Amino acid sequence: MDGVHDLGGKQGFGPVRYAEGRAVFKAPWEPRANALYGLGVRLGIMNMDEYRHAIERMDPRHYLSACYYERSLTGFATLCVEKGVVTREELEKLAGGAFPLALPSAEGRPNAEPRQTFAVGDRVRVKNEFVSGHVRMPGYIRGKCGVVVGITPAYPFPDAAAHNLQSQDEPTYDVAFDSQELWPQAADPATVHVGVFESYLDPAE
Amino acid sequence: MASTDQRAAPVERRVAALEQAFVERNLVRTEDVDAVVHNAEENWVPENGAKVVARAWTDADFKRRLLENGKAAVTELGLAMPPHHKHLVVLENTPTLQNVICCTLCSCTAFTIIGLPPGWYKDFEYRSRLVRQSRTVLREMGLDLPYEIDIKVWDTTTDTRYMVLPVQPEETIGWPEDKLREIVTKDSMIGVSRLEALYR
Ligand SMILES: [Fe+3]
Repeated sequence: MDGVHDLGGKQGFGPVRYAEGRAVFKAPWEPRANALYGLGVRLGIMNMDEYRHAIERMDPRHYLSACYYERSLTGFATLCVEKGVVTREELEKLAGGAFPLALPSAEGRPNAEPRQTFAVGDRVRVKNEFVSGHVRMPGYIRGKCGVVVGITPAYPFPDAAAHNLQSQDEPTYDVAFDSQELWPQAADPATVHVGVFESYLDPAE
Repeated sequence: MASTDQRAAPVERRVAALEQAFVERNLVRTEDVDAVVHNAEENWVPENGAKVVARAWTDADFKRRLLENGKAAVTELGLAMPPHHKHLVVLENTPTLQNVICCTLCSCTAFTIIGLPPGWYKDFEYRSRLVRQSRTVLREMGLDLPYEIDIKVWDTTTDTRYMVLPVQPEETIGWPEDKLREIVTKDSMIGVSRLEALYR
């Protein structure tokens, strides 16, 4: 989904707050929130793609105002409620107030069929697709061309896995993009490497 | 922490509520949560990655294995990655190349190896700007790279994880491994700093 979480290349953000942000946890509840979601994965309540998508589905105002571990808590709690592990009423009673959750999910999608496989050195184009459910294609590479410089063995396909749909595992390609082609005359020169699932790619003509 | 919902319970109360609901259902015990917290704070630390880097600097065969298959190589040092982190790609810096890692979509890192990500790594500023303004962002963060140094930005969009292998400072060549470990920082393995004297 083209959500607020898809931040790559968005303008208007200021300098990185480098000096003040060295600590990993800034309050005792943060490592506990982190531990709970980790235990949730271990208990098989959800997979990582479902977890990431639940965070992406947060109301944008909430997403942007919450810190990292509040987003983690909200995503995990949303899945626990959606899957019937706990109820929202129970959580709100125990918390003594409202427990904001993420918004409902759109539909997922299966792997693209047919899919083309690629080799190192191939020029590829990221499909010009708009997906309502979960997708791991950052918007800044949509429709752009790059070169395959590496290949990984197969992974679960996030667009399906995040929605608990059956799918085939796919390789991902390490695709090198030129920042000047991603943002012509509006980026520092660099090579930007993105891991791209096979379903997202077409051969570049 | 602020929420847009005025009626929202404070976030620490919401975390405690979720934990309590899990405990009441016998899904977890408080001690289990304590154990994971302890593990995160004690074991997911950059000292792990520092071991990997120091070994790579002093053992050319290990370095070759590390660059070939990072996830397999780190097990030689007793380190492990969670099952969903399927691959570890080690990115070697050189005198003319700077690799730097980010995650624009969330905040993925090889946290069992280089440590949990710092606050700034998860902030919107770093996530939005690094891919597009890499040299500027690095300069703002204190790493002013000369133009002879090319930049490669790695956006962690899959469950492949990355770590940067920094350039060994010349004055440390010949040092024992345990002393080398002490100079390797989390930031140098993310790729926002270099260890050579010139850049410190
Ligand atoms: Fe991430």
